[in-house]
Amino acid sequence: MAKKVALLQGNEACAQGALYAGCNFFGGYPITPSTEVAEVLSGELPKIGGKFIQMEDEIGAMASIIGASLTGAKALTATSGPGVSLKQELIGYACIAEIPCVIINVMRGGPSTGMPTGPGQSDVMQAKWGTHGDHAAIALVPASCQEIFSETVRAFNLAEKYRMPVQVLYDEIVGHMRERIVFPEPGELEVINREAPTDGPETYKPYDSTKGQVPPLAAFGSGYKFHVTGLNKADDGFPTTKASLVDAEERRQIDKVTDNIADIESYEEYLTEDADVIVWAYGSTSRSARYAVNELRKEGIKAGLFRPITLWPFPEKRTAELAAKAKAIVVAEMNLGQMIYEVERVAKGACVVVGEFRVDGDPLNPGQIMTKVKEVL
Amino acid sequence: MAYDYEKSIRPGKLPHIWCPGCGHGIVMKGLIRAMDTCGLDRKNTAVVSGIGCASRLPGYLDACTLHTAHGRAAAFATGVKMAKPEMNVICCGGDGDGTAIGGNHFIHACRRNIDMTYVLMNNFIYGMTGGQFSPCTPTGAKASTTPYGNPDPIFDISKLAIGAGATFVARTTAAHPREIDKLIVQGIQHKGMAIIEVLDDCPTTYGRRNKFRSVIDMMKYLKASAVPVKAASKMTAEQLEGKFLTGVLFHDTDKPEYCAQYADIIKKAQGA
Amino acid sequence: MAERYELRFSGAGGQGLITAGIILAEAASIIEGKSAVQSQSYGPEARGGASKSEVIISDAPIDYPKATIVDACLAMTQEAADKYANGIKEGGILLLDADFVQRAPEGNFTVYRLPITRMAKEDIGREIVANVVALGAVIGLTGVVSKDAGEEAVLRKVPEAFKDLNKKAYNLGYTKGKELAS
Repeated sequence: MAKKVALLQGNEACAQGALYAGCNFFGGYPITPSTEVAEVLSGELPKIGGKFIQMEDEIGAMASIIGASLTGAKALTATSGPGVSLKQELIGYACIAEIPCVIINVMRGGPSTGMPTGPGQSDVMQAKWGTHGDHAAIALVPASCQEIFSETVRAFNLAEKYRMPVQVLYDEIVGHMRERIVFPEPGELEVINREAPTDGPETYKPYDSTKGQVPPLAAFGSGYKFHVTGLNKADDGFPTTKASLVDAEERRQIDKVTDNIADIESYEEYLTEDADVIVWAYGSTSRSARYAVNELRKEGIKAGLFRPITLWPFPEKRTAELAAKAKAIVVAEMNLGQMIYEVERVAKGACVVVGEFRVDGDPLNPGQIMTKVKEVL
Repeated sequence: MAYDYEKSIRPGKLPHIWCPGCGHGIVMKGLIRAMDTCGLDRKNTAVVSGIGCASRLPGYLDACTLHTAHGRAAAFATGVKMAKPEMNVICCGGDGDGTAIGGNHFIHACRRNIDMTYVLMNNFIYGMTGGQFSPCTPTGAKASTTPYGNPDPIFDISKLAIGAGATFVARTTAAHPREIDKLIVQGIQHKGMAIIEVLDDCPTTYGRRNKFRSVIDMMKYLKASAVPVKAASKMTAEQLEGKFLTGVLFHDTDKPEYCAQYADIIKKAQGA
Repeated sequence: MAERYELRFSGAGGQGLITAGIILAEAASIIEGKSAVQSQSYGPEARGGASKSEVIISDAPIDYPKATIVDACLAMTQEAADKYANGIKEGGILLLDADFVQRAPEGNFTVYRLPITRMAKEDIGREIVANVVALGAVIGLTGVVSKDAGEEAVLRKVPEAFKDLNKKAYNLGYTKGKELAS
């Protein structure tokens, strides 16, 4: 049987991806340019017995998905930069309490209210460093409607597998444009659900590291009584200030990501094999970059594209390898230079690293990238 | 025979963090008795709090306990209840947590009339941070950040809850321990948002700055200021000056409960 | 067809030109199996003001989703023509609503005129289908998708009660567009 196809907006594809992943709770607050995610799910979730709630504010939305996730729900929220700023404290809560959840950030210009209807990529550092305290971060940056679908599924998988908040960031351009989506059949994409505890309620400890780097999370209302807090805690979930316990827990929560880079990492390369210049770009900007690479190749310039799909953890190894091979890396992003600092950090001077930026609300176009590549050569 | 609180307390979690003379322990005992009276299965009961002295309460209870971020208890609890309406949900916390930083969540949880019981311990002060004034600190009172007396008007939490749409609103004080569990029981049995405001004492950061020489003085003040609603109906405005009403202040059984409303949405979406 | 064909529909907000763009993208990508990307200017206004919708159609996957050099442009109002009828390639096409656009922008492209809104109002009887008349005309004029694909995409989009009306509107536009092209 032919697969279902549809012309969908990026935001609609996100909602459909969430449903595919088994999302059954959405808590949100209206904000441009992400609102269509909420609009679609307000209609679809009750059809499958799921829950949609529009909360009183962005913070409440984040709180509601953490609460829902604790009962075993697969919970989602969708917002944009200003909303993510407001959610940051509770994103940190989900980190330390290790509650799986997915946050969609449809990026617009900023700071503050900025340009609500214009695209931006200026929340990429916020996705890593936005909440206070040390913590691991996973952030995915799809570049097409189809990829928004599949990366939303992957975001749920990573959230459930690593017991943490996962962010999906895409800019307004991809969020609002329409492309054909081929709906995967059930089972075609992997769908991961969190591990259930093997211990009974009497001996269960929600942060028992002897059960592995990611201890199983029991659901409220499933027979387990346990305590969840945003304070530093011991393996039983109760607050502690004992130095050795605090240190071990903080490190475990970061190691669970850094020790599993191979599983979490995802990127795409295009004509990088013989490239003199690598364009390093993500999201809609990577589409401009790919167009530019093709045009440059027609002119005999050996350009290639490196496109991270997992932005955090940062693709250090491959970026460093490319820096060692290429003459230059052009980092193209719709901000005034954010990921370029990471690229510079891992390139360690092995090649020239320059940026091509744009923040005026217009897309960073292929012409700009071509000019920069020629300049750097 | 003494009441067996121990079975509801997590082993090894006492002593609690509260100062000698603090009323939060009285409220906790009242809550435990109320949960017992209602026969709540603690495996199926979430007790959710924010940040502050009062918000440490859930940690001592043997239940599904969720100590959230400052002010956010009602919003987390809404997520829990919405996702699993068959769970009993109880919130607890202080006045600053619930009505200042958490004010928006508080009023909207009331507006939705979602089925939970919120025990709000109003001790007129931010205790955990050392006694700064809260929205419930009486005008003119001393706090660590009102060295010249508090210039702010106060929130009347119960009126706020009624105005926002809660359907069971009651008030008592830490000096009326028997009324605490009586009202919480009614709140738990009520299908909808129940707010139980318990006027409470903080001898350490409020009492000593405001001429209460002892815990006894504070308790006497709470007792003397409390006027049951029935008695108040026979009193003049002058007589009621400086007093607060106690007992069940508002009870509405007509307004639909939020999860029930959403269950209807599910039926509609599924074409039933 | 060229590897990449770029169209821009512009007019007043509320005229249904974003819908026209979506229908064209569906005709190309869902019905004909080509690649297509539709995007739109996304302003704070719900109604009024100039609005545009862009559709890129290609036999190959589409990288850059916005217009680079426009093959065919439609402008339904003077404001839209002034604001959005630019970046049209040499030898490209500009279709104007004859009654509403007096001044055509200068350029090395062919300007065509049809009284699109009037055709909808007088020939079809409903001004609201001007966007479908325009879509038919653009498809007739450019041949970017087949006549049938365009019609099917229109009919998929409209409720049963309005299918006849929209079919008529589309076919009228298509015929007139085709005439202009020949």
